[in-house]
Amino acid sequence: MTLDLALQYLVAGLTYGAIYAVVAIGFNIVYSATGIINFAQGEFVMLGGMIAVQLSASMPLPVAVALAVVAAAAVGALVEVAFIRWLRKPTVLRMVVITIGVSILLREGALFLWGEGVRSLPYFTGDEVSSVAIGGARVSPQVFWVLGTVAVIVVLLEWFYRRTLLGWEMQACAANRDAAALCGVPVRGLVTLSFALAAAIGALAGAVVSPITYTSYAAGGPLAIKGFTVAILGGLGNSGGAVAAGLALGIVESFAVSVLPAAYKDVVTLTLLLAVLVVRPSGLFASGEAARLKEF
Amino acid sequence: MAGFRLPAPARVALLAVLVVAVQLATQASGKGFYLTQLTMTAYYALAVLGLSLLMGYAGQISLGQAGFFAIGGYTAAFLSTVDLSAGRGGAGVALATRLGLLLSRPDLYGGTTLGVNPWVGLVLGVALAAGVAFAVGVPVLRLRGHYLAMATLAFGTIVSAVVVGTQRLGAADGISGVPPFPFLPGLRIGGGGADRVANYYVAWGLVGLAMLLLGNLVGSRTGRALRAIHGAEDAARAMGVDAARLKVRVFVLAAAMAAAAGVLLTHYVGGIGPSESSVMKSVRYVAMVAVGGMGSLWGALSAAAVLEFLSLRGVFGAHDDAVFGGILLLVMLFSPDGILKIPARGLLERLRPRPARPGEGS
Amino acid sequence: MNLLEVIGISKRFGGVQAVKDVSFRVRKGAVKAVIGPNGAGKTTLFDLLSGFRAPDEGTVRFQDREIQGRPPHEVAALGLSRTFQNLKLFGHMTALENVMVGRHVRSRAGMLAGMLSSPAARREEREIEARARAEMAFLGVEALAGAPAGSLAYGQQRAVELARALCAEPTLLLLDEPAAGLNMRETGALAEQVLRIRDRGVTVLLVEHDMSLVMRISDEVAVLCFGEKIADADPRSVQRNPEVVRVYLGED
Repeated sequence: MTLDLALQYLVAGLTYGAIYAVVAIGFNIVYSATGIINFAQGEFVMLGGMIAVQLSASMPLPVAVALAVVAAAAVGALVEVAFIRWLRKPTVLRMVVITIGVSILLREGALFLWGEGVRSLPYFTGDEVSSVAIGGARVSPQVFWVLGTVAVIVVLLEWFYRRTLLGWEMQACAANRDAAALCGVPVRGLVTLSFALAAAIGALAGAVVSPITYTSYAAGGPLAIKGFTVAILGGLGNSGGAVAAGLALGIVESFAVSVLPAAYKDVVTLTLLLAVLVVRPSGLFASGEAARLKEF
Repeated sequence: MAGFRLPAPARVALLAVLVVAVQLATQASGKGFYLTQLTMTAYYALAVLGLSLLMGYAGQISLGQAGFFAIGGYTAAFLSTVDLSAGRGGAGVALATRLGLLLSRPDLYGGTTLGVNPWVGLVLGVALAAGVAFAVGVPVLRLRGHYLAMATLAFGTIVSAVVVGTQRLGAADGISGVPPFPFLPGLRIGGGGADRVANYYVAWGLVGLAMLLLGNLVGSRTGRALRAIHGAEDAARAMGVDAARLKVRVFVLAAAMAAAAGVLLTHYVGGIGPSESSVMKSVRYVAMVAVGGMGSLWGALSAAAVLEFLSLRGVFGAHDDAVFGGILLLVMLFSPDGILKIPARGLLERLRPRPARPGEGS
Repeated sequence: MNLLEVIGISKRFGGVQAVKDVSFRVRKGAVKAVIGPNGAGKTTLFDLLSGFRAPDEGTVRFQDREIQGRPPHEVAALGLSRTFQNLKLFGHMTALENVMVGRHVRSRAGMLAGMLSSPAARREEREIEARARAEMAFLGVEALAGAPAGSLAYGQQRAVELARALCAEPTLLLLDEPAAGLNMRETGALAEQVLRIRDRGVTVLLVEHDMSLVMRISDEVAVLCFGEKIADADPRSVQRNPEVVRVYLGED
């Protein structure tokens, strides 16, 4: 493999990896607030892309993307209010099955609204053929949009959790729900907010990446599995770990495709997921000590 | 569970009466073609029953049951359609033919092809699924909750991706032209109107047999241990139950049942496609177990019979997946113990204090 | 003769030393109690003995076999049966079925025998049920046999759990805070039961908070404090031990 080609694979890997990282962060947000793995997380990425494509037909692109994010956030909040909020002490099995049911309904709803076709937004700047040369690789400007957006999401989230009262309250809620409630933290509202927030960042990522990857009603499922893989690799609840693991997975996949048939690309990820779950369910970066105390 | 229950053999007898009644009814009303879907329903029900044991009794979720069904079905389809006639001169092929491992049959062009005897496919398909289930189950069943769900989902998706990505397995088209299965002399599991009634009875006979065996199992020492694992795994282990081993064995049993169902259904309909391996299929199986009620083989069977038949008849149209997603959601939201238990609950309360006799199911 | 011999076991969780170099012995046929303030490491000690956790160091010798680090089901098969502090009944099974699970280690019908409902399996099943009913009768809860375990009152659940542990016909019975959540009358009945269990030849090791219960039924008492053993003697001497008094009653 020439150096230029390797660079090309690397850039492609980073682009996909950044999206996986965002999906993983979405898992983390909801998991931290509720202890639930929301199997429907990938669908919000799909929704973000699909809604933005729909809206962009009748309004400027930035407005369409912004509204798509808001709409997805609303759907996320609605999911929590309609299906999660009022359950008393649900078993894990029940939560798994419910979020899977939600994910199927969102997907089928998208199929009903938009059909089976593959869609995408126009390139934010430039077009399909424009590119920026980095070393010997030719990189689409949209790649910079994706990486930039993901970087902004990560930085803003960090700022939100570290510097704002609402962020502190969400952390308190995650650490100990009952204690937080006693201190006057509006726990229920924050759980809804966590779903909305996870949906919003997923949708934003979905909109930004759609010119490169395209999107369709069925795009959510595979993203959910990869995002979950990344969340586990990075350690559940650890957003820095998610970014590192996401980029790493993107790059591994990208290079795997260069040696394996493309159809087996997902097999690589999934085998990795199985291996990590079995060998090190606490993630690559967590200390072994913490891992032993957790229950899987 | 407390409450009066018919003993397992009596219930199986009741099932037999029902199966015969349905067949006579279709005959009388001239709807004999329903039997085709009813036969397919029976095979899917076998896969659901295996999952019911794993999920409803042992409390272990699996989103990979369709993967095992597909392993069985594709093994059968591949072996019975592969043409070995080129190797006819070879000693190995000659020996295998003499042993009955290979069968020749006429092909479309008037020649003959030499394929593997479907019985060999059945044995190998089930063995392969059981072996894979063992290899996957030993590490994965140590996980709980979300992790187990995700790991089995990953397994199911891997099977699906391999099937779709492999040309030898027909990729997106699947494998067609699978010959009938020589079940008994003069009785072949396969399509064609002539065998329809016989096939219906074979398929439901197998379901009856499975109900008898599994019904016995859940009422036995092992079944009690399974339910104990579900109820409080630590306590079960403290009572001497080797939970890890038992979970793996049930996982393997469930996989073997799904694989056997996959083999027979593939011969019955003459082919298999990648949709059989899809995660959505696994979710459907989970939905049927959930509707029938956790810890209820008969509930799972009823749910599978009704939902699968309606689905195969095309009642849900293009919204098949949405219907199953919705059913799953509604059941889990409003009645996680299964919908069959809602009306039964009040009734059972009134029938108490007649205590449940152990050994009669849960 | 010592049925159980614990030699220098330690267990550390992260920075917390839950059990530190603890040694003690349980004589065959005796009732021994381990007491100590909250967080003294009593439940961890039980987990180490019953196989739920492996000690970092030390030896657990049960009937002259080293059992530390063996999984719970193997330990159970050797004749060590336990109850749990927070009652771990199988809530969706009947009380009788719960107790029957206790017989798991003393029965053998496998999966295939169960499926085929072989005559041997059915005979064994009848024996299991008879034994379970007998244990329930022994503790006076035979009338609850058909009730779902999850629907029982707290004290009844305790009794069913105890019956389940007894159904395994243990040589050594480990009771983890058996009196927790019981009222005075129930505690009195429990004391009675423990003594009757001992009279059947079962050795009993219990972890307990209720001092009056411990003093009434124990032949020997060991005291744990912050993971370390600070006393181990007959109840009277322990009660007079100044260090124990200081730990238990506070220094003021």
